[in-house]
Amino acid sequence: MSMREISYGRAGMEALVEEMRRDPTTLHLATDAPPSLVEEFGEQRIRATPIAENAFSGIAIGAAGSGLRPIVNWSMVTFCFVAMDQIVNQASKIHYMFGGQQTFPLVFRSSVGGGTSLAAQHSQSPYSMFMNLAGLKLILPSTPYDMKGLLKSAIRDNNPVLSFESTRLMGLKGEVPDEDYTIPLGVADVKREGKDVTVIALAWLVHEALAAAEEMEKEGVSVEVVDPRTLFPLDNDLMRASVQKTGRLVIADEAGPTAGASAEIAALVTEDPATFKALKAAPKRVCALQVPIPYSPDMENHVFPNRKRIIAGIREVMEAG
Amino acid sequence: MSASPELQRDMLRQMQTIRRFEERASDDYKGGDIYGVVHCYIGEEASAVGICAALRPDDQIISNHRGHGHCIAKGADLNRMMAELYGRVDGYCKGKGGSMHIADFSIGMLGANGIVGGGLSILTGAGLAAQMAGNEGVAVCFFGDGASNAGSFHESLNIAASWKLPVLYVCEHNSWAADTAAKKTHAAENMSDRAKGYGIPGIVVDGNDVLAVYEAAQEAVARARAGEGPTLLECKTYRHRPHTERPGAVDRRPEEEKAAWMARDPIPMLVEHLKQQQGQFSDEEFTAMDDEILAEIEASVSYAKASPFPAPEAALDDVFAD
Ligand SMILES: Cc1ncc(C[n+]2csc(CCOP(=O)(O)OP(=O)(O)O)c2C)c(N)n1
Ligand SMILES: [Mg+2]
Repeated sequence: MSMREISYGRAGMEALVEEMRRDPTTLHLATDAPPSLVEEFGEQRIRATPIAENAFSGIAIGAAGSGLRPIVNWSMVTFCFVAMDQIVNQASKIHYMFGGQQTFPLVFRSSVGGGTSLAAQHSQSPYSMFMNLAGLKLILPSTPYDMKGLLKSAIRDNNPVLSFESTRLMGLKGEVPDEDYTIPLGVADVKREGKDVTVIALAWLVHEALAAAEEMEKEGVSVEVVDPRTLFPLDNDLMRASVQKTGRLVIADEAGPTAGASAEIAALVTEDPATFKALKAAPKRVCALQVPIPYSPDMENHVFPNRKRIIAGIREVMEAG
Repeated sequence: MSASPELQRDMLRQMQTIRRFEERASDDYKGGDIYGVVHCYIGEEASAVGICAALRPDDQIISNHRGHGHCIAKGADLNRMMAELYGRVDGYCKGKGGSMHIADFSIGMLGANGIVGGGLSILTGAGLAAQMAGNEGVAVCFFGDGASNAGSFHESLNIAASWKLPVLYVCEHNSWAADTAAKKTHAAENMSDRAKGYGIPGIVVDGNDVLAVYEAAQEAVARARAGEGPTLLECKTYRHRPHTERPGAVDRRPEEEKAAWMARDPIPMLVEHLKQQQGQFSDEEFTAMDDEILAEIEASVSYAKASPFPAPEAALDDVFAD
């Protein structure tokens, strides 16, 4: 397979463009109509919407149920809260509630995370709110390769899929194949193999965990880094197998811990009796502090987890047993 | 009632203060002392200043992401504003908010807001409180043409009209919402035409003519104080800068459109008007006024720089009230 290097942001764009070429029923809804997309696909399929997220998210649901395959870009996840009614009361339930009569193939894209001094409203990682709803699939890629492969699967999926894309990773470069490829939803990825401790990390924290693993290697601690890649479905088998091998678990997430993805992962991994038995230490979560995100940089940095805190977490579980 | 020459000079000073404040904020943002994002109001100063000149100190306003002008027009302290942009402890929000979230509740400035359309219902609530207090207080919501298309616009105006709330809805129609032209997302020419559907007055005013804005605001405010309900006032204006000050931000607006609006800059328009009134104003006076303003801005930067950054742990404060 021939490979080339592109950014995470570019990988998302390529997935979108290639899928829109592949499937004439796709259309794009966002408050901004990027000129390059309008040029290729025309204003019919690349719609500039008013700043009316509730309406255009609902319009996407209606269009999906009527034979189209809409891709909505909310831009920041912040703006989707205006559309919560459509997401919670409609998109997540509509297939089930009507007895599976109709499919609603649609994707809602948004950027998540902080680190850019945009303050509380524009620095959010609320994916666990959506994990709480049955009926939505959720992807959270950490590399250009995963972004492109997962977003393509999301677009081809016949269910509503939310794509959470890390602001901090937009410029990150990585290799993607020249050929068409997809990554199935619900398959985690071992980003680094190790034998002493498993770090299950999400999005940007995957890269911080890899840096932490490098550091710990010098101390003779072998760290396995697992990236779930999709938050629904979650790849329980792979996560549990890793923890059964290492006996220790650290979970790293840019979101706060309370009822977060980290809490769900900890429960899913440890409620499995075989995995529970294999544990040598209590699991440790390394998350943001449970506060809205402040503007001023020192405060903001204080709130977020990073490689140093992951290292401290790893040391803690190593010392515990 | 038309503005006296003294009031006109005050309004000019405020408009020029907004402009100089934002020029400095933009420079210091690009220089790395101000973080996140900065949206400039430059070019639209006549709207905030003309409206706020018609208000009492205890009236309340709410703003959007482009909030510096509204803050200054309502009388906010430049030092504390600049300190907030600099992320310092003496900033209005102790460094928690930044450019998009400056508020000063003590002067009735209920906050800039990063959610487009977010202020519409909150401000309507302030109007409800004013009505219930029975003190003839008025509440003013500043929002853009883009925000007018959010559901909260309809829901808020309908309630305010039904309950005859003492509210002034000021749509700052600058023809663009970020990179999307208003004509792509709104089929009618004027937002204010919608007022008819709520049974309230809808007024269009030249938003670059501060005296016209002031007169229209006075009428709407008088109506609100008299218990006759809300008004939708649409100020046609234009921002001189791109949507944000982010370096490399593209500006997709046509050059001819920009040039036409630049030629109607609200500040020179008012200077000319003042000069035409015999003996009221001169270029020298304007230069002297500008020098004073520049000194105030410089002082605000010194104030900001002298204020410490918050301790990192201060991030944990203020999540809940006591
Ligand atoms: C609910 C929501 N959707 C999208 C955005 C992103 N956004 C920020 S400002 C803006 C344009 C706002 O246009 P307008 O209301 O006309 O105000 P202007 O910037 O022209 O002053 C957009 C789309 C947002 N902040 N909030
Ligand atoms: Mg606008």
